[in-house]
Amino acid sequence: MTAATMQRNRPSGFRISKKVLPYVLSLPALLVCIGILIPFFTSVVYSFQRYRLSQPWARQFNWGDNYISFFTDPRFWNTLEISLLYAGITVLLELLLGLGIAMLLQKRSTLNNFISIMLLMPLMTAPALAALMWKLMTNPGFGVLSYLASLIGLQDFRWASSPSTALFTVVLVDIWVYTPFIMILLLAGLRSLPTQPFEAAALDGVPRSFVFFRITLPMLTPYILTATLFRLLDSIQQFDIIYAMTQGGPGDTLTVFQVEAYLNFFQSTNVGRSAALMIILWAITYFLSNIFIKNWLRLRERARGQA
Amino acid sequence: MEHTSLLERILRGIALTLVVVFFMFPIVWILMMSFQTNETILRIPPQLVFKPTLANYTALITGKLTTAAGTLDIAFMRNLWNSVFLSVTSVAVALLLGVPAAYAFARHKFRGSEDIAFTLLSFRFAPALLVLLPLTLYFQKLGLANTYIGLIWVYQLICLPLILWIVRGYFEDIPADIEYAYRIAGHSWFATFRKIALPLAGPGIAAAGLLAFIFAWNNFIFALVLASADKQPVTVGALAFITSSGIQYGQISAAIVLSITPTLALALYAQRYLVEGLSLGAVKG
Repeated sequence: MTAATMQRNRPSGFRISKKVLPYVLSLPALLVCIGILIPFFTSVVYSFQRYRLSQPWARQFNWGDNYISFFTDPRFWNTLEISLLYAGITVLLELLLGLGIAMLLQKRSTLNNFISIMLLMPLMTAPALAALMWKLMTNPGFGVLSYLASLIGLQDFRWASSPSTALFTVVLVDIWVYTPFIMILLLAGLRSLPTQPFEAAALDGVPRSFVFFRITLPMLTPYILTATLFRLLDSIQQFDIIYAMTQGGPGDTLTVFQVEAYLNFFQSTNVGRSAALMIILWAITYFLSNIFIKNWLRLRERARGQA
Repeated sequence: MEHTSLLERILRGIALTLVVVFFMFPIVWILMMSFQTNETILRIPPQLVFKPTLANYTALITGKLTTAAGTLDIAFMRNLWNSVFLSVTSVAVALLLGVPAAYAFARHKFRGSEDIAFTLLSFRFAPALLVLLPLTLYFQKLGLANTYIGLIWVYQLICLPLILWIVRGYFEDIPADIEYAYRIAGHSWFATFRKIALPLAGPGIAAAGLLAFIFAWNNFIFALVLASADKQPVTVGALAFITSSGIQYGQISAAIVLSITPTLALALYAQRYLVEGLSLGAVKG
């Protein structure tokens, strides 16, 4: 087929040049997103302003004041600490649990497949509704978990309404919702591993711990990294579970970044501080997502290669 | 692997049982609560055996709750409708916008294509409130505050990246030669897209749509910030229940059951594609 015949065979009429076509196809999606990008820049501007909805007349640029005041603001350090703590604890526990469950279910059998599908249900429950479910179960008056806690000697265990156990309670809900996410990704990873190294190891009578640490874990690393970073990115921004469960309380026990920004905006109407908080959170997620995307791309290439 | 001892099998069984109990118990318990009257719910110790009642569901569906203090209106059906409408429309819009874009990114490596695709992906990971808080102020000026259009637009933040990246993968899996052959036979690019690419990527597009629906349905923060009571989906509406006076725990449970059933059912139906969708196309199930 020569260029000339291709030229001749080109249909007449409705024709868009090859160069323009991809732009035309992706333009609508882009336009919709640009509308969403504008507020991002507005946030940057707000974060450099003294801006309270209750005092619109006093609105003016104070440049870095919002950020500088964070250094001496115990509320901010509390926010940073609790956000990192929450993200760290949930992701670590979910990773360990998810890996453990994935290994339990690794062998393809009807029962294992059935269980792995069942475990998807918490993940598909809206996190806000999941928090509501746990709120009902931990109600001090009639909650079944409060009753069970009293059976093992924890009288008057206050779950999310006591500062000492609030973090534990929301972490528990997070684990309930998101462990299946890590589990399902790692299970897919485990089942896609080549079998030869394991057969060879079994033939040579290599100890199981050696197989796990020297063969399974290294080969699973890209999956573990992707799942972990995915969760870390979401977990440091957690809002739904914490807000639905305690609205950041009791007191400021659970005022993670997004909850604190929400309260600043809607309760103290301090737009400037709220925007500055979000910019800091964005900087953290931007840093994490850059690492994430590299890993994610590598994994994606591999998945496409198998296709 | 082959020489599993009896002890190990027992331990595995116990571990699996604990896992299933932990992850299934809340759903089962809330389901049970939804069939109980307030009296049985409040009884201590909690009852495993009770006479099931449909009163909670009737109250929600008719929107009328008759109590000793009088009749109370429950707007839950309105919330449920909002969820359906917002999710379906958002996904339809995202498919309309996202599938052609995904095709462009998969087939044509044009200038800036990767940058644009990654910008779209980065929306998935940006803090929602970063965009939402200024948007509330803008929406008030534009008259989009508390409108379906405004909400559907913002829902594109969840739906569009998901659809774009999953569908792009499916388009990339179609050998380009099939399309070339069809083009050479004298068909336009549009005919090629419609007759060859779309049908071949069909299952992937459907799966991406289902997943986007689930994520849109489960979203909480967008509607919490941008919608007031009459436009709120179930995630926000059900939460308002717990603070409103007169509503009983059985009705809250029934509302939760009705709210999570659609996504759970869809997830079971589309579970083959979940791995791929949850990892935005990075891992194949």
